[in-house]
Amino acid sequence: MPKLTVAERVTAMLRIRRFEEQCIRLSKEGQFPGHYHVYIGQEPTAVAACAALAAEDFVFSTWRNHGHLLARGAAADRMMAEILGKAGGYAGGRSGTLHLSVRELGVPATSALVGASLPLATGGALACKRRGSGVTVVFFGDAALEEGAFYEAMIIAAVWKLPILFVCENNSIPPAQRKRGQYTSSTLPAARLADVPQSLQIATEVVDGADADALAGCFERLVAEVRSGGGPRFVEVRCTRWPGNFPLWPELPGGEWQLAWAYGQQPDHADMAAWLQQSDPVLLYLRKQAAAGALDRAQAEAIDASVRAEMTAAVRFALDSPLPAANEAYEHVWAQGRQA
Amino acid sequence: MKITFAEGLAKAIYESLAADPRVVLIGSGFMGLNVAARQMLEPALREFSDRILVTPVSELALAGAGIGAAACGQRPVVDLSTGSFIFQAFAQVANEAANIHYMSGGQTSVPVTFYSLAGMRGAGASQHSHRTQAMLGQVPGLQIFTPGGAEDAYGLLKWALLESQNPTVFISHSLLLGETAELDPGAPMLPVGKARIRRTGRDVSIIASSIMVPRALAAAQALEREHGVSAEVVDLRTIVPLDRQTVLQSVARTGRAVIADECHRSFGVAAEIAATLAEDGLASLKAPVIRVAVPDVPIPFSPPLEAELTVTAEKIAAGALRVLGR
Ligand SMILES: Cc1ncc(C[n+]2csc(CCOP(=O)(O)OP(=O)(O)O)c2C)c(N)n1
Ligand SMILES: [Mg+2]
Repeated sequence: MPKLTVAERVTAMLRIRRFEEQCIRLSKEGQFPGHYHVYIGQEPTAVAACAALAAEDFVFSTWRNHGHLLARGAAADRMMAEILGKAGGYAGGRSGTLHLSVRELGVPATSALVGASLPLATGGALACKRRGSGVTVVFFGDAALEEGAFYEAMIIAAVWKLPILFVCENNSIPPAQRKRGQYTSSTLPAARLADVPQSLQIATEVVDGADADALAGCFERLVAEVRSGGGPRFVEVRCTRWPGNFPLWPELPGGEWQLAWAYGQQPDHADMAAWLQQSDPVLLYLRKQAAAGALDRAQAEAIDASVRAEMTAAVRFALDSPLPAANEAYEHVWAQGRQA
Repeated sequence: MKITFAEGLAKAIYESLAADPRVVLIGSGFMGLNVAARQMLEPALREFSDRILVTPVSELALAGAGIGAAACGQRPVVDLSTGSFIFQAFAQVANEAANIHYMSGGQTSVPVTFYSLAGMRGAGASQHSHRTQAMLGQVPGLQIFTPGGAEDAYGLLKWALLESQNPTVFISHSLLLGETAELDPGAPMLPVGKARIRRTGRDVSIIASSIMVPRALAAAQALEREHGVSAEVVDLRTIVPLDRQTVLQSVARTGRAVIADECHRSFGVAAEIAATLAEDGLASLKAPVIRVAVPDVPIPFSPPLEAELTVTAEKIAAGALRVLGR
């Protein structure tokens, strides 16, 4: 039995998509400075992974963390406030988008350095092992395999038989190759990413990142295996880059995503039209559920309306939240308590 | 001719590639997300594409490959991108590059250049804002170049790529890319290891490097305009070698020193300058030196928090007024 109903899965995916659209809009309006990374096109991965987790488990992420945190249950309003550098954000404006973390949800530390989360996550898994319960999931991009830290973390996980699931979100796969094993990016010579951990005796899986049902099944199985003491697992999720991520700064090609696109309408943008047809995991899932009679257009519209209302409120909260006072810069350098 | 800092970098890279076939580019970003500045590199990237290596996100090995190639006769420049990423390469930079000449009893030289865009660039938050010159200054064997002007961006980078016999950490800065200066292409460069007096003055010496240089100059102008204070600005240009002589001579003339530094206050570049003045310049000092540096706090994302920690022209000018007892 999947842990999420169809409606819950659609809600969870749309929350991420609508949240990210607001981020893009707010950045373009100049509401926050600096670079940022959105999770559009990868939504069902975070949703499936987090649905398989328990409250006591740990999650480690990267610069592309918004989807992971929302799926883990973070509040959209406090996340958005953090992204805007506001006092009402989870870190009082200190982290911004890059290092968003929510300790009470088991997301203790988010690194924006390629590969850096993997060693941290082995520590999370070591903590789980020592207390005798829980697992750790770490999300990272395909470039993590280019860092030495990746191999060192894999080795530790294998040698210590840690309860950890490595989730490589390989997000630059042409649609036709999503179901095959070939890696086509330029700078990593491995023909199949899964070969690398396999050679270290870590069991691996490859899954289509546009297939929400396949992801749900895959993560339930892998998390259960890790939880039952089977040692580390590695999964490569193969996604096709959303066209909004082609430019240096995210764009909304064809404007805001339209639910109507799932039911026959076409966007006024060629790249976007192609991506929607072949690679948009949310759209593909909605179509599949409509065909199966599990969720019709009216139900989807109702979900989308409530998600949009949540995100409008989140943006309002973030915009209304005050900027931190300047002297807040000096708080939290040191943990309080027994001070040296 | 007037050039920008970015043009200076691009010109140095182009001319070095053209002058010496041993120069290779391990990475070719150099200008960060600055699209206009990136275009200035295009001619070099086109013409010398056979000497530009494709780089995975593998800072440790890229740095090491640069060091090894230098030890074996090449003259690589390794683009480490954001200054904070040099930590990913630290083991190779600090423990290999810096030690090889000494450990080999002088047999092997390592003329490699590590280039990075360091510093507080705005919204870089804690993991993309490091200034690494002070901590790397603790590693004997590394030259550390911190140009604050366009002519020195050109001259120092070209010298590192073509002339240097030692490993160089070249600290560039995103917020300097648009700064302009006069460059006389025919004139010899001020030697490496000499500080540059950017502005002469009588009442106080402001000692600066990298991004602090334009801010110190702005502070000096404001001091003149608003307070009738005549400030001298000393641009260190390089942290290692450090031109203690020029600093001491300037302070001997003015009797007062404000040290502007984008490093954290404790154990920073400013601390080393202050120690030099305490050891060898105490007799010239009419007042205690003042360090205007970044507080010992990681860099936060939120603009007002980052601004609180940023060393601005206003804070430098306020430091100068304080050292003057005003
Ligand atoms: C150690 C380090 N080097 C370089 C960077 C700059 N950087 C940020 S994102 C990125 C690419 C990451 O690609 P991938 O891991 O595939 O993740 P994606 O952004 O595609 O999700 C790079 C090189 C960094 N953040 N950290
Ligand atoms: Mg990727």
